[in-house]
This record gives sequence, C-alpha cells and structure tokens, in this order.
Amino acid sequence: MLTQLARRLRSALGPGFLAASLLAANAHAQNITGAGATFPAPIYSSWGEDYAKAGGGRLNYQALGSGAGVTQIINRTVDFGASDSPVAPERLEKEKLLQFPAVIGAVVIVVNVPGIDGTKIRLTGELLGDIYVGRIRLWNDPKIAALNPGLRLPQIPISPAYRADSSGTTSIFTKYLASVSPLFKERTGAGNSVAWRTGLGAPGNAGVAAAVKNIKGGIGYVEFAYAAENGMQALQLANGSGKFVNPSVPGFTEAAAQADWANAKGMAASMLNMPGDIAWPITSATYVLVPRDPKDPAATQRVLRFFDWSFRNGGPTADRLHYIVLPSDVQDRVRAQWTTLAAAGKPLWPVN
Amino acid sequence: MNTPATSRPPIGARRIHPADTSFRISLHAAGALVIIVLLSILAIMFIGGKQAFDTFGLGFIWGTEWNPVTQIYGALPAITGTLATAVLALCIAWPIGFGIAFFLTEICPERLRGPLGVAVELLAAVPSIVYGMWGFFVLAPFMSEYVQPWLTAVFIWIPPIGDSFFWFTAPPIGVGMLTAALILAVMILPFIAATTRDVMLSTPQLLKDGAYAMGATRWEALTGVVVPAVRGSLFGAVFLGLGRALGETMAVVFVIGNAIRMPDSLMAPSATIASVVANSFPEAEPGTLDLAVLLGLGFILFVVSFGVLAVARILLRQERMS
Repeated sequence: MLTQLARRLRSALGPGFLAASLLAANAHAQNITGAGATFPAPIYSSWGEDYAKAGGGRLNYQALGSGAGVTQIINRTVDFGASDSPVAPERLEKEKLLQFPAVIGAVVIVVNVPGIDGTKIRLTGELLGDIYVGRIRLWNDPKIAALNPGLRLPQIPISPAYRADSSGTTSIFTKYLASVSPLFKERTGAGNSVAWRTGLGAPGNAGVAAAVKNIKGGIGYVEFAYAAENGMQALQLANGSGKFVNPSVPGFTEAAAQADWANAKGMAASMLNMPGDIAWPITSATYVLVPRDPKDPAATQRVLRFFDWSFRNGGPTADRLHYIVLPSDVQDRVRAQWTTLAAAGKPLWPVN
Repeated sequence: MNTPATSRPPIGARRIHPADTSFRISLHAAGALVIIVLLSILAIMFIGGKQAFDTFGLGFIWGTEWNPVTQIYGALPAITGTLATAVLALCIAWPIGFGIAFFLTEICPERLRGPLGVAVELLAAVPSIVYGMWGFFVLAPFMSEYVQPWLTAVFIWIPPIGDSFFWFTAPPIGVGMLTAALILAVMILPFIAATTRDVMLSTPQLLKDGAYAMGATRWEALTGVVVPAVRGSLFGAVFLGLGRALGETMAVVFVIGNAIRMPDSLMAPSATIASVVANSFPEAEPGTLDLAVLLGLGFILFVVSFGVLAVARILLRQERMS
C-alpha cells in the first residue's frame, strides 16, 4: 500500500518537466517510447517487459498523466501517447492522430458502513449522484433504505471521498454520474477534476481508499485493479438494465461487448451504464494515440506491433494485474483502424 | 597567477592582487544571482498567471467558486484555507514554542539543555511527507474518533457566523483545517522555539540578574524583563514560522481534505494555495487557463509569503538596532 502511495505521489507531483527532452533524446532504434496516463502504466510496463523477453523492442513508458501524454504526442516527442479519456474527434482530426482503445478498466465504489458487508449494499447511479452533491447525507436515508430492505443501515453521516489530484479515474466516475444523474450533471459536471460540493479529497487511489477506511460512513471510488489488489469490498450498482451487479471481470467484458463500437468516432465507444445481466456500469477503456503522419513510420509500426503482440499474448499478465483485455472482436476493429495508417503511400499495417 | 614580473610598484601604492578582483566579482555575482533568481521567479509567475488576472480581474482573488469544469476560478477558498491553517497553527505553536524557549534558557538544567535543544531542532529535520503520512494514518483517525466529537460537544454553544460558518460543528471526518493546523504547528514549532530561544539568550544577563536580585520570581522576570527586552524579535520568530506554514505543501495535501470551497467550520475540509497547485499541476497543460490560474495562485502565495517575511525582518532588525 505504501509503495503504491509513493508511486501515486510521484506521479501526482509532476515529474513532468524533464521527461519530454529525455524521451526525445532516447530514440534508440529498437525502442518504443510512450507517455501519458498513469492508470494503464503498470500493464504497459509489464507488457513491455514480456515483449522485450519475447524478442521485441524495449518499451519506455513515462506515466506523466493523460494531459501530458496528449501534449507529447501532439508535439511528436514520443512514439505514442496514452490518455484515460478519449480525445475529441475534431482534435484528432486537427492534430492528425489515430486513437484506439488498448485496455479496459473499471471504477468501483468502496464503502465503510459499520456492521454491514459492503458488497451487499445496493445503490443506483442517481442516488450516488445525490450523495456526491450532498443531497443525501445519512446512510439510513429512506431512498437508500428502500433499495436495501434486508440491511439495518445506521444513522451516520455519509462522507464522500474523492481524488484530490487531477485524475482519469475521476473523469470516468464523473462522466458516469453526469450521465445518470441530471442533478450531478448540473451541479458538478464531469472532468479530470471537478468542483465537488461535499466530501473530502485524498491523493491517489491509496488516499481515497485509506480515507474510506478511516472514516465511519465513508464512501469513495477507486480503480478496480486497486480495490482487487487490496482486497477491498465494493458495493453493488444498478446497470443499464436496472440489475444490481457486483463489479467483476466478466461484467466489465460484457459492458465492453455491449458498447457501440461501429459508430464510435475515434473508437471512443462509451461503456458507461451498459445493459446486461452482469455488465458493470462504470467501465471504460484507456486510449492510445499514434500519429497519422508519422515522421518515423518505422517507430509507429513498432508501436502497432507491440500492441498487436500484447493483445494476442498479454491476457495472463492482464489478469494477474486485474486489467481487462479488449474483447477479440474489438481487437479486430482496432487492427482494421490501423490499416488506414499510411506513410508515403504505403500502409503501415499489416506489417510484413 | 600570470602576473608579469614587472617593475616594483611605487612604495605606498596599494597593490591589488588579481585574485582579489576575481574574488570580488564572483562574490558580487553570487549576491546578484539570488536577486536575479528571485525576481525572475516572480516575473515568470506573474507573466504565466497574467491570463488568470486578465480573465477574472480582482475576482480571481475574491471569487469563491473554483470550478475546473466551467473554467471559473476564484482563489478565495484557497487563500482562506492557507491563512486559516497558518494562523491556527501559529496559535497552537506559539505558546508551546515560547514555553520551550523559556524553559531551555532559564529553567532547564545545564546538562539537559544541549540534548533537548537538539531534539527540538530535529523536529525540523523530519521530511514533510512523513508528517503528512503520520497525520493521515494516525492523527486523522484519532481526531475523527475522539477529538472532533468532543470539540463539537463542548463548543456547541458558540453561535455560528451568519448561517454558513459553524466553528466546531462538523461531521467528524478526521481531516480538515484543524488537523492540518495541528500538523503545521508541529512542523513550525522548532523554528519558533529555536528563534525564540536565541532571542531570549540575547537578553542582557545583567538585566535578568538584576531582576532576580530584586527578588523577582521566574514569571516576573519573564514578563517584566525578558519579554519587554526582546518584544519585537519575538514577533519576528513567529512570522518566520508563519512563512513556513503558508507554503508547506506535502504534509497539508494529506490532512486538509482538499476541498476547494469556502469552509463551513474550523474542522471542515479545505485547501491551501500550495496544495491546490500540487494537486492540479501534473495535468495542467501548457497554454491553458488551468495552468495560468495555478501560476497566478503561485504569484499570490509568493506575494503573501514575501510580505510575511518582510514584516519578520523588520521586526527582528528593530530589536537588534535598539
């Protein structure tokens, strides 16, 4: 937990400045350089190690944050950029970037209600929105009690915890709340950091988790990978079909399969609040950006080859780290997008 | 070095060794460097933050809404949090630091003086991240479990300011301005204690001996002789501590609760300028209003801290001159 915290802190406190020049200077022939989101950093690094062992190039990924990743790929100082929230189609067009999803993650809700098993508590997105704008303040609120007839909820205040640092996790969570709670959309809105109307902020997943653990009546959102690694209990949410579901890897995969990939611009299909028997409502992909007009086509090809290899062979590593690989039909859609990349009239994919 | 062996200088003329010249130049350069660095930081913060001041005008300082989604930024919540935690920390640390200093100079047995002084100074050597984690994992749960419910129960009679500020009535969540102030108090304590001790040591022994010879008690000697003799310097010591409390970042991020809105009690989660900058900086992209706002905040903090330190200097100097 402390190492996780330290890692988060390092990323939260902006290692930023040096990285651009370092990365630019580091363009060794077989190296792949990437920069951006912190959320997928562990899986990219592990895939990179596996890939190097399997005879591929070496991956140098700098977890500087999504914003920095987008900036660096726009400036072409890295071979690929990574962002937790998709870049808007107009911006992709303007900056000549191709965007594709690389791995799926989920946000889960952890709670600390004394005497109650957190995995048994049921909430809807709308109630979660009410909690996070401060309209519902007690655990035994009639609206919560109505969803949980079997539980004896105590009369203690709800203390919502959120990420103090600007974060892709916050972006996914607030996008979900804004899509299911008009009140939350109006009062708070969605983004990497927002104006929270109630509650407290803590740095990183570890900070939010510890805040929830410390405070009786606490509630907070963390990445699924973090909750799973630390054995935290997550509550049930209603999904797009109105079914109450616990977060689970099959649930995330179902949400990914339900998303409308065919019509998504920039492959940014929303997986939020998908219908299904087990689909988890706060599921999202994290994205990779490569240039459409590469100065160094071979470097872009190396990036594509790396992700192709990872899609095919990275499943076990992803399982171990609690990430979810793209469903195979989505992988095929990604590869189909790659075929639109070309340099000097020659397509970059498939690599022969 | 390569001084030519020319004719001997006329007797009585002052011979300047070339090393003297280069030494003087490098010393001047070292001195100038400090000023240049300071001024360029100030200038860069101002230029970087100009967009924020242009967009919001004075509203940037007085605005109470901080909303990254709608891009409306008012710094008052952060300024309030900064000043409130620093002043609260001072209220806690000043009496204790003063007590430590007086104990060390007047009452403490000679052989304990050294070790105790070192122990106090060691408090200043603890990295702020350690204070932050200790505050978050140890102090905050303790505050939430015992201190905050007790404070709420004891001070419930204090009437609120208007209908928005309730002093000690708040849900006991452990983190908040009060917890941050406690951590800050521990962090600035060594500065206040050490400076106050030095100031007290500078009280002429003759005066103190005179007071004791007249039959004064320790309390009378303190209030009648020591304090009046060094009054200005005592304030200087306090302002040095305040300067440190204003800019402390890492420890505060952990325990203040990071809520950028106007606080509704002394125990409410809040934010300081430094904590807001630390939290938001990594994702602030160059050229955006977000980054300009953070640099503008930095400029405000710089000006406030500079003002505080300037006051401290003036007070300390007055004492030395008198």
